[in-house]
Amino acid sequence: MADTKTVAPKEGPATQFWNWLTETQVWTSVFRHERPNTDRNRVLVMLSNIFLHLHPVRIRKSGVKLRYTWCMGGLSFFLFLSLTLTGLLLMFYYRPTLEYAYTDIVGLREHVPLGIMREMHRWGAHAMVITVWLHMFRVFMTGSYKPPREFNWSVGVIMLVLTLLLSFTGYLLPWDQLAIWAITVGSNMARATPFLGHEGPGAQLLRLGDVPLIHAADDARFALLGGTFVGEGALLRFYVLHCVGLPLGIAVLMAVHFWRVRKDGGISGPM
Amino acid sequence: MGFIKGIFNAVADPRLFFLLAVGALLVAVWKREAVASNTVGYGMLALLGVFFAFGTFDPNFRLIVTKPDNVPIVGLIFLLLFFVWYSIREGVLNDRRIAAGNGPIEKAESDRVWVWPDLVYTELISLILCSVVLIVWSILLKAPLEQPANPANTPNPSKAPWYFLGLQEMLVYFDPWLAGVVLPGLIIVGLICIPYIDKNPKGNGYYTFTERKAEITIFLFGFAVLWASLIVLGTFLRGPNWNFFGPFEFWDIHKLAALTNVNLSEYVWVRALRTSYPSMWIVRELPGIILVLFYVLALPVILAKGLFKRYFEKLGAPRYYVTAFLFLMMMSLPIKMLARWIFNLKYIVAIPEIFFNI
Ligand code: HEM
Repeated sequence: MADTKTVAPKEGPATQFWNWLTETQVWTSVFRHERPNTDRNRVLVMLSNIFLHLHPVRIRKSGVKLRYTWCMGGLSFFLFLSLTLTGLLLMFYYRPTLEYAYTDIVGLREHVPLGIMREMHRWGAHAMVITVWLHMFRVFMTGSYKPPREFNWSVGVIMLVLTLLLSFTGYLLPWDQLAIWAITVGSNMARATPFLGHEGPGAQLLRLGDVPLIHAADDARFALLGGTFVGEGALLRFYVLHCVGLPLGIAVLMAVHFWRVRKDGGISGPM
Repeated sequence: MGFIKGIFNAVADPRLFFLLAVGALLVAVWKREAVASNTVGYGMLALLGVFFAFGTFDPNFRLIVTKPDNVPIVGLIFLLLFFVWYSIREGVLNDRRIAAGNGPIEKAESDRVWVWPDLVYTELISLILCSVVLIVWSILLKAPLEQPANPANTPNPSKAPWYFLGLQEMLVYFDPWLAGVVLPGLIIVGLICIPYIDKNPKGNGYYTFTERKAEITIFLFGFAVLWASLIVLGTFLRGPNWNFFGPFEFWDIHKLAALTNVNLSEYVWVRALRTSYPSMWIVRELPGIILVLFYVLALPVILAKGLFKRYFEKLGAPRYYVTAFLFLMMMSLPIKMLARWIFNLKYIVAIPEIFFNI
């Protein structure tokens, strides 16, 4: 019998390098499966990677289409991540005190060559408000809030509120005229909270004898601003909420939200 | 040129602007078969683009539209118009399929595909595009920074951040306790309630209009007309002292707006009965109080027996009353607007003694 010679297909240097790389000990210690070009490995890639594991392994065809989701939920999440990153970088330079807040922003503007972190953070924040709104609109128009996804819609509404509050608290931090007056206009509303604001209906009823319980120095607005006007207390409060409190809250809710998208049967579709 | 600008300035008047927005919604819903065509959708966007391009030649228009924090709202107008149109269009296309017995397109695409590569690559590409847009935007447009904060120097107009300007616009018609606290609270509560009060089992997981006519029309009214158009109005068309200014008008600090608004109590006691006000506020405001109680408590019951009978039977009493309450609260804004525009009505109930004005 004559020897049959099998000829391996010609491999270019890039493929050779790739094949070598994916067989090194380092690579195989990180990725515990082969390249995702067989069904088995397409399952493994999703299951063995904690980030990809947010996804299911397979998904309805209609659900992967831009036509259906507009990718708005995904973009909201991506914008949140990029805001976290740029926000972190900004925190290295920014001190939330009356003395430094404004000048630190001026410094970022004047002394950082080609600096666009502040821009990326500000425009990213505007964009996130818009994408979250459009995401909600998409979910409404496809009827995706209907059973069994009622609860996830409610979680979403709370995240919408948190997104707005994040944006609102961040608006104050540059401590310029734009900032304090926008926050003054916004927070003045709290003065009129029924019963809890000193100019709100019913607040006068809450008194012990002659002593009013609700006044300018203890009402809802005071709690928000840490003072009777937008000053040092408000700056610190807004900074802490903006950099720690609200991001933590929304991150927890996002975990719940994504978990529930999967537990409720993945992206919605007709029964 | 001046003539065209004059027309736009006149049309942008809050009254006309609002009525046109309502009209546009009704047309979009009624004539959705025609609206669903690409010509209408992209034509609308192109016209809007031409309008903005034309506008930027005008110094007053340019000043307000290119304010850095206003630029995203220009984008928002285009995006919103596009997505409202697009979702109506997808609904119409599906409705045609359903009518032909084929079921929605999402039904035909029920089979499963691999997330790797079908979804992760879409996500990767969206992520890259989004980053590119964000970076280019950040390079082209500098974040604003004004003079250092100065509590002694109030700018005129003082505006809240743009996403709250719909609420600030409501302050024209309602006192802060309603416009800034109660109504926003009800918006949040109302949104959370939607899945629990909407009992219609159809239209779950696909675009459709015909199967959800009322739900979609009401939501579009709240989302596109009340929320979006009031933000646009508050951002671009409100100037010093919260006066109205057309898009091509100079923001004149000294513009005077006649303030001749009248309370309901004046209509009743002074103008109709030709007497002086009763001394006790509870008597003085009785007509208004009765009107408000009627609106909140009696009207839902009356509607349940009449106009909304169908919904009362479908939803059952608890769901119906929650829905009716939320719906009437939403409608209180346009009602108060109309009352202001037609009768110059200021307050229905005015009890400044306890900061209680409606
Ligand atoms: C911080 C904001 C939010 C993020 C990051 C987020 C993220 C996501 C993502 C990634 C999905 C998967 C499908 C998609 O991309 O459309 C999703 C689905 C969903 N979201 Fe959100 N979301 C947010 C806010 C909201 C809001 C405001 C609502 C509603 C009021 C909402 C309700 C829902 C529902 C009901 C689903 C399931 C949709 C389906 O199965 O078709 N989410 N969200």
